[in-house]
Amino acid sequence: MPVLKVNGSPHEIDLPDDTPLLWALRDTLGLLGTRYGCGAALCGCCTVHADGKALRSCVATLADVAGAEILTIEGLGTAATPHPVQAAWLEIDVAQCGYCQSGQMMQAAALLREIPKPSDADIDAAMSGNLCRCGTYSRVRAAIHRAAEFI
Amino acid sequence: MRFPSLILAPILAAATTIAVTAEEVTLPQDEVASLAAFDRLVAVIEHPRCMNCHTSTDFPRQGNARLRHNMGVARGPENHGTPALQCATCHQDNNAPSGVPGNANWHLAPLSMAWEGLDRRGICRQLTDPARSTMTPEQLVEHMNNDPLVLWAWNPGNDLNGLPREKPPMSAGEFGELVRVWVANGAQCPD
Ligand code: FES
Ligand code: FES
Repeated sequence: MPVLKVNGSPHEIDLPDDTPLLWALRDTLGLLGTRYGCGAALCGCCTVHADGKALRSCVATLADVAGAEILTIEGLGTAATPHPVQAAWLEIDVAQCGYCQSGQMMQAAALLREIPKPSDADIDAAMSGNLCRCGTYSRVRAAIHRAAEFI
Repeated sequence: MRFPSLILAPILAAATTIAVTAEEVTLPQDEVASLAAFDRLVAVIEHPRCMNCHTSTDFPRQGNARLRHNMGVARGPENHGTPALQCATCHQDNNAPSGVPGNANWHLAPLSMAWEGLDRRGICRQLTDPARSTMTPEQLVEHMNNDPLVLWAWNPGNDLNGLPREKPPMSAGEFGELVRVWVANGAQCPD
């Protein structure tokens, strides 16, 4: 049975190879922090990491991520030891309705791995595929700069 | 059609001699055959399935209308997107049922292989100028016959509306053969 490594733990997943990763995360593993928005890589709210890189889990199949280390928002940090992105998000109070925010944070964390001190242009380039119906973009940008200070 | 120039005349004369010696019907350096092959194959190069990722811009295009790629997607330093927003963030190994196209090596052609904005003559010169092209003619034959990302153009899947994406105007096999003929006969370019 295929094994999916999520947040450091292996899980045996009895689903067809072409199942989107998002389905396995939410419906099989019950990890509801990763959101379904569009199902077509258009909104970014399903973003997770695969081997440290941002990935839209709604379009990546189980075959695509075979052997990869998947990280979801549940594994990014804890309440006691939040990831710098989560700490900055709380400090700046980024979320409005919150629906898109796990994807925003996962995308931001992926950016900070690549560029620890990103410019506004770096942030715009990395975050432009993460939509927010509530329009929290300016707070997202501010929080990424703040998270960079924590790192 | 281009007529043999004075400079090419001795070469063609030599080629003719070789052909006669080998008793072949086709001239090994047949400029006419090469130009005729290019004239047909260039229609594939100009098709949106190919041109959308052979752009001369800092971004890819999408669809038959060749609009700028959604969501501000940019070329990035390695033609694979920007840090954290790579092509592979969304484009997976295969076409997704949702309409997101896929291939294991989805990326933009480098600017050295940009065709956008060039006429047919310009495309040909770009392909064959050793100072600009990153591929030799032989590598072009290989690329255009066997590169899985090139061959994706003939397996482009459905778009986001569930409609089949248009394929280039001839089969992959026919295109590949025309590229072979074009190169085998000297990779000639129209004037
Ligand atoms: S749900 Fe995956 S990008 Fe919108
Ligand atoms: S906070 Fe509501 S959609 Fe982004």
